[in-house]
Amino acid sequence: MSMFALSALEIEALSLSLRVALLASAGCLLPAIGIAWVLSRTRVPGKMVINVLVHAPLVLPPVVIGYLLLLGFGIRGPIGGWLHDTFGLRLVFTSAGAVLAAAVMAFPLMVRAVRLSLDAVDQGLEFAARSLGATRIDAFLTVTLPLMLPGVLAGLIMAFAASLGEFGATITFASNVEGQTRTLPLAIYTATQVPDGDAAALRLVIIAITLSLLALALSEAIEQWARRTVYGP
Amino acid sequence: MGSPNCLRTMIEVRFRKQLPGLALDIAFTAAARGITALYGRNGSGKTSIIRAIAGSLRPDQGRIVAGDRLFFDSQSGVDMPIHERRVGYVFQDSRLFPHLTVRSNLMYGYKRSSGARRFGFQMAVDLLGIGHLLQRRPHNLSGGERQRVAIGRALLSQPSLLLMDEPLSSLDPPRKSELLPYIEGLRDEFGLPILYISHAFNEVVRLADQLVVVDGGKVLRSGSVFEIASEPELSPLIGRFEAGSVIECIVAQHDDDVALSTLAFVGGQLRVPRVDLDVGASVRVRIRSRDVALSLSRPMDISITNRLPGKLLSLTEREGPYVDVAVDIGGVTLRSLITRDSAARLGLEPGLQVWALIKTVAFDSRSVGFMRRARPPSSVIE
Repeated sequence: MSMFALSALEIEALSLSLRVALLASAGCLLPAIGIAWVLSRTRVPGKMVINVLVHAPLVLPPVVIGYLLLLGFGIRGPIGGWLHDTFGLRLVFTSAGAVLAAAVMAFPLMVRAVRLSLDAVDQGLEFAARSLGATRIDAFLTVTLPLMLPGVLAGLIMAFAASLGEFGATITFASNVEGQTRTLPLAIYTATQVPDGDAAALRLVIIAITLSLLALALSEAIEQWARRTVYGP
Repeated sequence: MGSPNCLRTMIEVRFRKQLPGLALDIAFTAAARGITALYGRNGSGKTSIIRAIAGSLRPDQGRIVAGDRLFFDSQSGVDMPIHERRVGYVFQDSRLFPHLTVRSNLMYGYKRSSGARRFGFQMAVDLLGIGHLLQRRPHNLSGGERQRVAIGRALLSQPSLLLMDEPLSSLDPPRKSELLPYIEGLRDEFGLPILYISHAFNEVVRLADQLVVVDGGKVLRSGSVFEIASEPELSPLIGRFEAGSVIECIVAQHDDDVALSTLAFVGGQLRVPRVDLDVGASVRVRIRSRDVALSLSRPMDISITNRLPGKLLSLTEREGPYVDVAVDIGGVTLRSLITRDSAARLGLEPGLQVWALIKTVAFDSRSVGFMRRARPPSSVIE
């Protein structure tokens, strides 16, 4: 086997990581836009509470988030129990659980990026659209959303990158199951736990670094492209 | 005018609204045709008035009606949503959509309008001279171009009423004069009622038929521009040195060899620097009080060309050394700002025969406005 070819295990960890990160960031998208809109444009009571809850994963240890998820979404948790009884869906020890853990951890990053871009959209433009005959939703979809696009894409990629690196919440909530929840970080951790695993760990680390740098470059390129498309050259 | 159809499309605004730092108590009606100017200082509540009409400011109580459409009525609980009011709003800062081309900006309201479309795309593009800009993005436009596109966009949304919030204030003086004829065209070509906000009196005088003077959240006066512009009581608001009279004239003759034009009005004739209009065209001339001198006899050996005989109507004391003198020139009231000292020296008193003297040089492009309308102006103002 050539030095540069990836082993089956490495490919499995890599593709699982990509799949989990993709699903987690995509799943965050609509809720993040909704929450960002509530935080930026409405005056609902309890906004403060929503803000704190959304941002909690940024400041709490990931292990704590994983534990809280276990309480809520575990087989005996109120939500997890209901999901299991109603749909036969189990989150613990499954890749769906890994997606949930990654999504919860990435959510605040996405909300922040979307909210910043929403704050930057001149509300006067929305009023102009309304005065030209657009309903509230029409104005949001045709004026606000396109102008937010660069920020939304940046948030999406940030959430994707964060999901790729998620470790603490995933291992606590979804556990470390090969092929199910063992994403790159978990695979690296596992490799360091076995004797003579250093070389394997190093290979995985190189893969992780390459992936992160690619995501970063991609995010930069996409954001610039979006800015050009939205605001013109 | 005065036909039932026109009465029906009158704009009636009456509301109260407590804003932080300003209590609005507004009541006025605006004619169904022509431009009604909302004039007042910054912070007097002008923009809040048109925001209430457009629907982005909800009055505490009151009633807003445009023609046969009820926009707001606190008594019956009517509050029509912004997008159903169909008012064209031209903002100070144009507010073009940056992510759309000029063409898509223009079409935004057009696509969302329904029924018979009065303002066609090509017509608006031609009227505003923006055909060469259609593929561009707003940030590649000059300030004047941006405002023209904004006016086109508002027109194409097929509004029943056009609201213009200081559309010229963000432009430099050359751009202002460039845009004014387009707004005059709007006024004269369509029967679309326009509410025009401004704190520049020369703009108001040049464009508006009707004037609503707003100060401190209240309507001080409302009525015809010609009446209100020469009311001495409003001088403090307009500014002592900007106050004056507004006179409707017809271009009578051009003397190209001396680059002068003669304008005729009911009380006589005015010689002004050559205006770029055809003989017979209606113009509106603003004469500032401070540019009018008075004499007891007809002065002969003097450079001033405009010497108009009239009867002194009244003298109003002004702050400082000034007296505001109203003179009747064949039915038109002309005002003159002179010193109290001069008035005493000449022994001025009402009823006296005087000569009003106006230097031709005192007229500039800002004080002579073009009006294409054929019907006599007195019948336009309701």
